[in-house]
Amino acid sequence: MKITKPAIAGTLESSDLMVKVTPNQNGMLEVVVRSEVIKQFGKQIRRVIDDTLSKLEVSEGTVVVEDKGALDYAIQARVQAAVLRGAGSEKLNWEQLS
Amino acid sequence: MNARRSMLFVPGDNPAMLSTAFVYQPDSVMFDLEDAVSAREKDSARLLVFHALSLPAYRDIEKVVRINRLDSEYGLKDLEAAIRGRADGIRLPKTDSADEIHELESHVDRLEKECGRPVGETKLIAAIESASGVVNALSIATASPRMIAIALAGFDYLVDMQTSRSGGSEPELFYARAALLHAARAARIDAFDVAYGNVDDDEGFLREVQIAKQLGFNGKSLIHPRQVYLLHRAYAPTEKELEHAKKVLAAADAAHRNGKGVVSLDGKMIDPPVIREAEEVLRRADVA
Repeated sequence: MKITKPAIAGTLESSDLMVKVTPNQNGMLEVVVRSEVIKQFGKQIRRVIDDTLSKLEVSEGTVVVEDKGALDYAIQARVQAAVLRGAGSEKLNWEQLS
Repeated sequence: MNARRSMLFVPGDNPAMLSTAFVYQPDSVMFDLEDAVSAREKDSARLLVFHALSLPAYRDIEKVVRINRLDSEYGLKDLEAAIRGRADGIRLPKTDSADEIHELESHVDRLEKECGRPVGETKLIAAIESASGVVNALSIATASPRMIAIALAGFDYLVDMQTSRSGGSEPELFYARAALLHAARAARIDAFDVAYGNVDDDEGFLREVQIAKQLGFNGKSLIHPRQVYLLHRAYAPTEKELEHAKKVLAAADAAHRNGKGVVSLDGKMIDPPVIREAEEVLRRADVA
């Protein structure tokens, strides 16, 4: 899956996160994570984001995550929503989303 | 089956509430994809709800998803997310006829097969929000073996009836409440009373709870977590009711052991309906 247009999902409310995706000019996948709890949970947050992107087979795009203390399920959901919006993908593959 | 007194609305686009609603121990949580979610956030909320359904914290709470109507562009997508997320139940809003339940049922059958769930596992709840829905309540309630409850939704219903909430004894809701209850009891399913919108008015909420309880509703749809405790406390039997129920059951048990068909307690005959009522009081005390 390829990010073809800018898209956003989520909010900056507590327990949520905002995910911004944009096309990557270098044809690469780049991920930036900012979080208030990066010291305590940075590795876990990054793992959930990477797993989610990997399942969606995202090969190109820039993904910027602003975390506000979200649980794993919300990270999965917001990353998925942003990617699907950015890829213009209407059809859901539930195997990739589980 | 656990009691179904409280069905707590949880906005499907709010991770903070989706993550914490279990703390208030409602009998059912209802993750809402309909009115609580704006049109542009439907896709994102659908994914949030899909994942929230598998949170371990909700393992022991009945999980219901309120989908959008099937004739909207969102309804079928919501339904698929809910079934694949293993929701226990689907709440269909604005149900006007049994045909809508039949249509919903056929989609649920298909989706359960597609994702490997046992066919019949997902239960259905119809929200009745119009004059047509109230008139058709019995056919809606009996439209499918999957049906477990019907719920009255007051706001849309009263708009349809060209009136509004009056507070107090609410004569404008009396017919709809009575009609829904009769349909639910005839169909042997649960009935939920309307949500109470003013979350700062405990007195008004409890007044309405007493009306619902006395009429015979199983419980209410709730829009704020603080209403859960108030409702459960109001539905719990009083000490006096509990003591009386225990005496009735003890007297009935003694009569049975002595081979007597009928027995009296404090001058009143104890017959099967009185025994059933006493058993119901103990059941309510148990879940409280």
